[in-house]
Amino acid sequence: MSVSTLPPDRNEAAAGAAVLRGAVPRPEAPRGLGRRLRPLLALPALALLGGCNMVVMQPGGFVAEQQRNLVLASTGLMLLIIVPVIAVTLFFAWHYRATNEKAIYDPDWHHSTQLEVLIWTAPLLIIIALGALTWIGTHTLDPFRPLTRIDAKREIPAGVEPLQVEVVAMDWKWLFIYPQYGIATVNDLALPVDRPVAFKITATDVMNTFYVPTLAGMIYAMPGMETRLHAVINKVGDSEGRSAHYSGAGFSNMFFKFRGLAEKDFDGWVAKAKADGSDLSQEAYLKLTEPTESEPARYFKSYADGLYGKILGLCPKPGQMCVSEMMAIDARGGQSGPEAEEAYKRLRYDNHFAREGHEAPGATGPATDRGAHGQTQPEGMKPRPDMGNPDSRGPEPGKAQPDAGGAPSKDGAKDGAVAPKQIGQ
Amino acid sequence: MFDNVNLQQLIFGRFTLDQIPYHEPILIGTFAAVAVVGVAVLATITYFRFWGPLWRDWVTSIDHKKIGIMYCIFAMIMLLRGFADALMMRSQQAIAFGDQQGYLPPHHYDQIFTAHGMIMIFFVAMPFVTGLMNFAVPLQIGARDVAFPFLNNFSFWMTVSGGLLVMTSLFVGEFSRATWLAYPPLSGAAMSPGVGVDYYIWALQIAGVGTTLSGINLIATIVKMRAPGMTMMKLPIFVWSSLCTNILIVAAFPILTAVLVLLSLDRYLGLHFFTNDLGGNTMLYFNLIWIWGHPEVYILILPAFGVFSEVTSTFCGKRLFGYTSMVYALVVITILAYLVWLHHFFTMGSGADVNSFFGITTMIISIPTGAKIFNWMFTMYRGRIRFDVPMMWVVAFIVTFVIGGMTGVLLAVPPADFVLHNSLFLIAHFHNVIIGGVLFGMFAGVTFWFPKAFGFKLDEFWGKMALYLWVSGFYVAFMPLYVLGLMGVTRRMQHFDDPSLQPWFIVAAFGALLIAAGIACQVIMFVVSIRRREELRDHTGDPWGGRTLEWSTSSPPPDYNFAFTPVVHDSDAWWDMKARGFSRPLTGYQPIHMPKNTASGAILALLSFICGFALVWYVWWLAALSFVALVATAIVHTFNYDRDYYIPAEAVSREEAKRTRELELA
Amino acid sequence: MMHTDTAPPGTAAPVFFVTDEEGHHSEGSTMLGFWLYLMSDCLIFATLFATYGVLGRNYAAGPAPKDLFDLTGIAVNTAMLLFSSITYGFAMLEMDKDNQRRTQMWLAVTGLFGVAFVALEIREFVHLFHEGAPPWRSAFLSSFYTLVSTHGLHVSFGILWLVTLMVQVQKYGLVAANKRRLMCLSMFWHFLDLIWIGVFTVVYLMGVLE
Repeated sequence: MSVSTLPPDRNEAAAGAAVLRGAVPRPEAPRGLGRRLRPLLALPALALLGGCNMVVMQPGGFVAEQQRNLVLASTGLMLLIIVPVIAVTLFFAWHYRATNEKAIYDPDWHHSTQLEVLIWTAPLLIIIALGALTWIGTHTLDPFRPLTRIDAKREIPAGVEPLQVEVVAMDWKWLFIYPQYGIATVNDLALPVDRPVAFKITATDVMNTFYVPTLAGMIYAMPGMETRLHAVINKVGDSEGRSAHYSGAGFSNMFFKFRGLAEKDFDGWVAKAKADGSDLSQEAYLKLTEPTESEPARYFKSYADGLYGKILGLCPKPGQMCVSEMMAIDARGGQSGPEAEEAYKRLRYDNHFAREGHEAPGATGPATDRGAHGQTQPEGMKPRPDMGNPDSRGPEPGKAQPDAGGAPSKDGAKDGAVAPKQIGQ
Repeated sequence: MFDNVNLQQLIFGRFTLDQIPYHEPILIGTFAAVAVVGVAVLATITYFRFWGPLWRDWVTSIDHKKIGIMYCIFAMIMLLRGFADALMMRSQQAIAFGDQQGYLPPHHYDQIFTAHGMIMIFFVAMPFVTGLMNFAVPLQIGARDVAFPFLNNFSFWMTVSGGLLVMTSLFVGEFSRATWLAYPPLSGAAMSPGVGVDYYIWALQIAGVGTTLSGINLIATIVKMRAPGMTMMKLPIFVWSSLCTNILIVAAFPILTAVLVLLSLDRYLGLHFFTNDLGGNTMLYFNLIWIWGHPEVYILILPAFGVFSEVTSTFCGKRLFGYTSMVYALVVITILAYLVWLHHFFTMGSGADVNSFFGITTMIISIPTGAKIFNWMFTMYRGRIRFDVPMMWVVAFIVTFVIGGMTGVLLAVPPADFVLHNSLFLIAHFHNVIIGGVLFGMFAGVTFWFPKAFGFKLDEFWGKMALYLWVSGFYVAFMPLYVLGLMGVTRRMQHFDDPSLQPWFIVAAFGALLIAAGIACQVIMFVVSIRRREELRDHTGDPWGGRTLEWSTSSPPPDYNFAFTPVVHDSDAWWDMKARGFSRPLTGYQPIHMPKNTASGAILALLSFICGFALVWYVWWLAALSFVALVATAIVHTFNYDRDYYIPAEAVSREEAKRTRELELA
Repeated sequence: MMHTDTAPPGTAAPVFFVTDEEGHHSEGSTMLGFWLYLMSDCLIFATLFATYGVLGRNYAAGPAPKDLFDLTGIAVNTAMLLFSSITYGFAMLEMDKDNQRRTQMWLAVTGLFGVAFVALEIREFVHLFHEGAPPWRSAFLSSFYTLVSTHGLHVSFGILWLVTLMVQVQKYGLVAANKRRLMCLSMFWHFLDLIWIGVFTVVYLMGVLE
């Protein structure tokens, strides 16, 4: 994971952003480009606005808005060549049809240096323009790069600290930790309007993608690794965020509520979480790691010390060795003998599902007692209706853990699903 | 059930009777249908006493034309399977809103999208491409077969064997749910402990051996077996595109093989390449699989480009515009194909410099691709275009493909990708280029070369119906997905909560139905054409006014392709021969040296299938036994030194006399 | 090969057919095809080397190369393989002289060196298991075992092939087909030698000298 190497130079970033909108004059090539593009921006937009809620086209956050502008600008640039190509192709196809005796037929004409130059340079020019846009846009909108503006017009006022949010993708829900406020939530992400936010993102065991369409583009959430995202929400309003990367059976219901709140309402929201929430102790967290789907929003007034660090280090359980510690030992050149044996025991966490008798996210027949194609639900999933009875959607969210498919058995591993580590030993 | 569990595991591995999905109505229905069709086919073969000819002329055949035809038939059969998956997904997504859960629970739905992706790429698009190359390349370069005819037969049966393993997963156990590229950690042993991912791995490994070997085979063929006078810059453009494709195959598939070996070691022996713990690195898998995966995209599209080039110049009655720049464009695309893989995961957070580099290299590929489009356009310019079905596919392709190309370049802009990645916009994009590019190209190619392969044209009415339905179905099915992508809807969803999305999915499902009607028309087209074959008969061997050497011989060509090896003076060799008045030699035939048929390929592939199946189910004794048998069969095969024979001059003479009579009929 | 004019005499129409040809199969395509196969195999090794490059420092708080590798043993191992390449070269020289008996002898010597190499490698693996360094201990060990044993499996396969060829030479003599096969195996054998030099440098030397 590398962070952007571009220094967070305010002016440059601001100018870059301005170029993307094609608004603020700047004494360099992209400026004219931006101007000429402005009418073009309307083209795809017009074609696409069908009255539906195209959140990607009408985002509420500055980052997503710039990304939208880039989508429109690139589309406009490419339409410059695509539209003529389609038109000319159809015209040639029609005009030179065999039945049109009037059309010129020149079976040996197969080369023209001028045309060759044209057909290689025309796309080249478009790509040069687009490449410039890409280079600037990619650096300006690098998710690892802190924001310099809160919207097109306003820079970040002096003294404003970004809001820190630590995001954990779990099976199949999202945990949000607000270290500056000491609270945590499940499946409910609230942000104060116009305040920059710095997300740190990780996952518990499989990959996911953290994506709030109205706020900013997506970024992977990966176990044992941290990605970052800097964003800001400019509009008050509720929307939805979700995982955009398939992560197992409960993936479809792995979404969370996203709220843009006015500063005052945000403080109220925090206060409510403080007042009504429970404590996310280590035990409560481990309970939370069990797979569930459509998890209702939950609030925690406090959380275990260093919880996010432990999740990131893949060592939330007592006695586990954190990735950071392991990497420190590796950097010293590893170790051998009894210490290595000891470390081995503390480092094997991937098979915790099998060991604890839980079903893994992508688990199939042999891992559990059920057949591969049974109608019973995988663990943690809400009961699906029978094929003939599509009415029920199972119990209310938040009710007791559904246990539809027979309790996950401790000896589930015995029918053939010998965990690979056990084979190896 | 069994008292001694260990004995049972020893004999059956992890297979139990529960793994037969007899409680899934959909699968039982499918199984019944497959069984009925299968029995009907077997009965027909027996009734018409086809077993002997089937074995002698097809299964053991090392004739590149027959192998090419078999590849295409295999691709079409698998297309039906892959498309059935598509229909199920589209219908599930059209109904599963709010309280409606649809009819596919996640653990079934997830297998379907995994199987759909994997089958469509590896067992539809790849065999189609390989089939057309196998059929056309030796004919176009004036050769009598490929460089390694036995290997060709073996490659084909390995591909079939891989496909068979995927189909087996339908009825024994289940298929992978870890998406078509099986990203770890989800595809690892800890998260996907069942047989699904193992089916995926072994199917790909077995088919991959076939693909790599056929790539080597065709490169050697093109480099070594060209007719005299055919310099590299006189190669038909389809041969050039095949050469580039096969170079990509040989340079990309070993990487897939290696990365799948690593994944299987993780799964089978508990190693730590891509695990979360003990130092594994999942990002390594993403990089390796896409270093194969991106060239794979060009492996599929380049032969389609080749077909379009041949079809355009043939039906415009005009030399291809800018042959040299077409060749350079192909070569540039081949090289750049290796420099863009990271654009499949900009959202992993590799940093702005890396992302911009890969974004811009991706855009650069659009320059040679754009040049090719212009070349086709200017080939039409001042042409005399006959709108037979293949040419109509070309026009449909150009219009559709440039739209897909545009959205592709859009996705190559990293910040734009951040909002569009993994969304239905992405799905719409790659279906736009794979259906609009690869599939349209394959359909054009099949229609174009069908009369060469069988001696009669395909029925035009049903061909056009299929085209109209496919093209309109494509637009109706995938344009809504672009819109849904812009609404922030992501891929692989089994159920939605927002009812406002439903109309779009219903429209998309309707589009899928149109495509289904298109496929039905294609099936009807084959049936009708076979029944009307005498009316559609082509006696000349050159039904379209062709330009390249395959049209200089009879339709279907004799086993030896050419009684006399042609001498080439021009890139459009046959056009040149016709223009300058050649005369077909009618005497002086000589015995022709040809390779003999062999059953080894089919046997080796069958053993590979058994070995793969045993490995999936942990039936170690069977895996070991079949592997030993595999090696032993291969060794025994090498003890056969009597691999070729001569077609006597009299036989050639008889065959050519028949051709003379045909030509008089025409 | 003779090109005869098929056009009526007196016109300048070019030659369009080869009317008198010998066998169409060129010996060259086997060599080219095999070379292409070797390049594809080389890519498999390249992938494994890259994997080792990425994961080779991930000891997972376990043993590192300096704790595990014994360079003297590896040097003996390397010598076995290098000698086998030389003796294969001698076999090819004898093949060129059509001396079947001496060819067979050198092939046998090559095979014995190959067996020694594989045996030493197995011995090393057993030793590593006893040291508490099985392949599932860490990503480093996973990539190490996979790279080295993939090479070892290639050598074992090469030995099997060598034995097969010796039987075939014994049975059918040094006929053209057998010479071609011996050439292919020769390329394969030297290729494995080359790969081993990479393994020796990247894995063992660089690992221990770090």
